[in-house]
Amino acid sequence: MKQAVVYRSAFVAVALTLGAGAASAQGNAALDGIAKYREMLQDGNPAELFEMKGEELWKQKRGPKNASLEQCDLGKGPGVIKGAFVELPRYFKDTGRVQDLETRLITCMETLQGFKGEDIAKTPFGKGEKANLVAITTYVATASKGMRFNLPQATDQEKTMYEVGKRLFFQRGGPHDFACSSCHGVDGGRIRLQDLPNLTKNPGDGIGFAAWPAYRVSNSQMWSMQHRLNDCYRQQRFPEPKFGSDATIALGVYMGVNSKGAESIVPAIKR
Amino acid sequence: MKKTMTYAVLPLVAVVLAACSASPAGNDYDKAAAAVVASSFQPKGIVSLDNLKQDEANRLCSAADVAGKPLDEKTTKAIEAAELKTVKMPSDGKFLGDWKAGEKIAQSGRGLTWSDDAKTVNGGNCYNCHQISKEEISFGNLGPSLYNYGKTRGVTDPNSPAAKAIVEYTWGKLWNARAYNACSQMPRAGHKGILSENNIKDVMALLLDPASPVNK
Repeated sequence: MKQAVVYRSAFVAVALTLGAGAASAQGNAALDGIAKYREMLQDGNPAELFEMKGEELWKQKRGPKNASLEQCDLGKGPGVIKGAFVELPRYFKDTGRVQDLETRLITCMETLQGFKGEDIAKTPFGKGEKANLVAITTYVATASKGMRFNLPQATDQEKTMYEVGKRLFFQRGGPHDFACSSCHGVDGGRIRLQDLPNLTKNPGDGIGFAAWPAYRVSNSQMWSMQHRLNDCYRQQRFPEPKFGSDATIALGVYMGVNSKGAESIVPAIKR
Repeated sequence: MKKTMTYAVLPLVAVVLAACSASPAGNDYDKAAAAVVASSFQPKGIVSLDNLKQDEANRLCSAADVAGKPLDEKTTKAIEAAELKTVKMPSDGKFLGDWKAGEKIAQSGRGLTWSDDAKTVNGGNCYNCHQISKEEISFGNLGPSLYNYGKTRGVTDPNSPAAKAIVEYTWGKLWNARAYNACSQMPRAGHKGILSENNIKDVMALLLDPASPVNK
């Protein structure tokens, strides 16, 4: 908690710098300031606290069955976490579903620990077992830090999810006719001063899909890809995607396959 | 209003039928996507599942994006003609309001999300994508710069006959951008009820009033 205070005061200092730089043309100073601030936080990324909490939760005996998650199969065999994240979402025979890391972890929390997956999915972001899930997600994902995305596309289910994700990505709707592609379909795009990754292809190492889960400085929260997609859809003026729904998985497959070769920098840090 | 829409859709139906030669695999994926959409969303706050429904223009433009090739000319023209019919000119014949109020609308990106309520005043989202006045350095780049919009188009008196064409075009563009560019990414602010007639008058003034900072 103490650490969080330090980060906030650092933020104030940078905010002042931003204010001073505001007169320059097109805010280059502002952008530099943000980059500098992010760099500063890399030395002590608060996401590490979530990673540590996630490691504890992974190893701790919990739930009605009083078991740990250490035998959870994330696609590379029971208990293997290194490299699992950069191959997700993928198809799992036992559930008959394509799953991302978060929905797969819920499966393990159900089968190994006896939790009710539906209850976890319905819990609001940042609360109870949903917060625990994000911490575990951060821990497992971080075990693949520096590795490159390489999602399998061997099964029909995975191929179908890619094609479904592509259609969702370009689906215009709502009062504003927004689709994911409205903001993330071109190179070099910006909303206000915020750079937007082009998610129709590999946008580069640690960018776009390869930048989550991430710690968000603006609201001091750790966000998973599920949370990120949820907020994208909010801004699109779409109704809410259910947690772990096939729409969110399909978009994960689309972005993940497009990001083939991109280095995961998880846990990332965002404005 | 409703009648206009019904007639406007007719030419599109013919175009859609003609375009129905996609590969069977593509159709299967379309069906799979529709099923996923149907099962994946829930209403929240002021946003209902109705927001998922696509009109013909959105359906056609989305499909073209998925296919990775632009719509053919005939379909493009049909969409633009149908969208143009939705444009409602100002009821009192006055096109320009107050540029200061227009600046506020251009700055705001609020409204119509599930975290807004029914009382939230909708913004125009303009600066999210466009440079507009020179004073605001935090602007997006998905749309073209609108700095000096009226000036570069030679508008010295928006009420003059010389300015009529550009004034009417700008009104139409704000009301329904896709009347002029079938698959434009710009929201159809008037047509979809995001901005009111008075709101659009104010944004018009921001762009075209010689006194607006945009034209300084």
